[in-house]
Amino acid sequence: MTPLLAVAGLEAFYGASQVLKGIELEVGRGEAVGLVGRNGMGKSTLLRSLMGLVPDRRGSIRLDGRDIARAPPEAIARSGIAYVPEGRGIFGSLTVIENLVMAARPGCGGRRTWTLERVLALFPRLAERRRHGGQQLSGGEQQMLTIGRALMTNPELILVDEATEGLAPLVAQEIWRTLDVIRGEGAAVIVVDKDMRAIARLADRIVVLAKGEIVLAGRPAALAATPGLLERYVGI
Amino acid sequence: MGGPPQRETPRPLLPGHGSMDLQTFAVQLLNGVQYGLVLFLVASGLTLIFGILGVINLAHGAFYMLGAYLAYWLTAATGSFWLALAGGVAIAFCLGLALEQLLVRRLYGRDHLTQVLMSYGLILVIDEARQILFGKDVHSVAAPALLAGGIRLTDLQTYPVYRLAVCIFCLLVAVGVFLLIHRTRIGMIVRAGAENREMTRALGIPFDTVNRTVFAAGIALAALAGLVVAPISTVFPGMGDGMLILSFVVVVLGGIGSVAGAAIGALLVGLTDTFGKVFFPSLSSMLIYVVMALVLIWRPTGILGRREA
Ligand SMILES: Nc1ncnc2c1ncn2[C@@H]1O[C@H](COP(=O)(O)OP(=O)(O)O)[C@@H](O)[C@H]1O
Ligand SMILES: [Mg+2]
Repeated sequence: MTPLLAVAGLEAFYGASQVLKGIELEVGRGEAVGLVGRNGMGKSTLLRSLMGLVPDRRGSIRLDGRDIARAPPEAIARSGIAYVPEGRGIFGSLTVIENLVMAARPGCGGRRTWTLERVLALFPRLAERRRHGGQQLSGGEQQMLTIGRALMTNPELILVDEATEGLAPLVAQEIWRTLDVIRGEGAAVIVVDKDMRAIARLADRIVVLAKGEIVLAGRPAALAATPGLLERYVGI
Repeated sequence: MGGPPQRETPRPLLPGHGSMDLQTFAVQLLNGVQYGLVLFLVASGLTLIFGILGVINLAHGAFYMLGAYLAYWLTAATGSFWLALAGGVAIAFCLGLALEQLLVRRLYGRDHLTQVLMSYGLILVIDEARQILFGKDVHSVAAPALLAGGIRLTDLQTYPVYRLAVCIFCLLVAVGVFLLIHRTRIGMIVRAGAENREMTRALGIPFDTVNRTVFAAGIALAALAGLVVAPISTVFPGMGDGMLILSFVVVVLGGIGSVAGAAIGALLVGLTDTFGKVFFPSLSSMLIYVVMALVLIWRPTGILGRREA
């Protein structure tokens, strides 16, 4: 069976500097992958490359067997990947509802798992603030909105960069809970975060990135079984 | 030097005389509003193209001129001003689509000097095309029969029905543009794209199509202004130049990229210009810029402009 996402020999460059050095990665349908590593190791660049947002990227990226390595971001989004960027990226001049509605789209094969009603049910806070402008929201609400907006595209795979960075513990907990719900609906997730314990709880597999290469990958329990292994690469 | 006699201000309130002033005031008010509304059509396209595509389009005034010539040409060819109006807007929209595809898309993300040079070149091309197609004669276009004539205000004064119709029509278009941008999903996408292009694309919005449509719609709005103005102004080669400059004033006044701001700015400029000519004829050409300077001191990014982050 073909994996949902198959990345081979992926390299990414910013000018002359090479940030990704031959990434090999497969993600199955409905699988949750935790992507970890110290700052500046290339986690965000990997997600942005998958989304088509890094202009200079080389190698092969296949989604459901289809080559999307050279596709523009809008085509990648339409073929089933949604992106929750680091630092949110909500539209501050649009209301909460408008942020959600502008992204609404049935998924591949016309699937409509996520509607406005369902997204608002998943995030009651957003329902309360539906008429508020994006820039009036707190950090946690903004993150909920970005995730909700990504869901409105009914993706097969959702990329979440720094899922809980800068959020209060209770809000972070809420984000992890919703990521679990999203997974339960059958979408695959690649999530970047610094909270190893939360990632270990959510993820089927953890992938460790160091200097643009995958240096370690495995089931959370297996990685935890070797003391000191994760600490070396992630630095907790 | 010149200027109105100073004794005008403390005029005794003679009966009749005062009501006469009120009439004049009302007529000037209507003229100012009508001018402002036409200006809005041109400036709203300019502000959208700048706000969303990030392109400075110096040729915007040339499309206003082109609209007026299309009114002249199509009215003569079809015998109907209404057909000319519809046909002119359609031609301008298609021209906008083609120009975006051919030229303007190359300007995205380029520096402003390149954009200014390219769109200045476009002015020359459009002027030359006008010269070849329509010559350089000054023309006039008759108002459609349905809207000919005037409304009697007093025994001596009438107000042309057509001017009133222009006011109402432009107001409807303005409301339409506002609703489109603020109340529809297309409008949400356009506003989102103006704020964060990359994120909009990552949500699956084909930005090429959005850009092309916004550019063509902006061009069509400028041409529409030229089309409706043709019967109340003369149609002449340089008519786009003054409009372009005033439109830039409107865009800056209202806040770059803000359509609602452009509406406020356009009315402000229209009224300032009209009343300036009545009350301070010697200063009238400066007055708009004085107002602009004052507004920018008060709000450096324009009346509804977004603050620099
Ligand atoms: N837009 C950019 N231009 C140039 N270098 C960049 C850019 N974005 C990231 N980098 C560099 O690429 C490397 C990887 O960054 P990033 O992918 O953001 O890492 P991470 O998300 O793991 O912290 C870093 O050295 C960073 O400085
Ligand atoms: Mg990062």
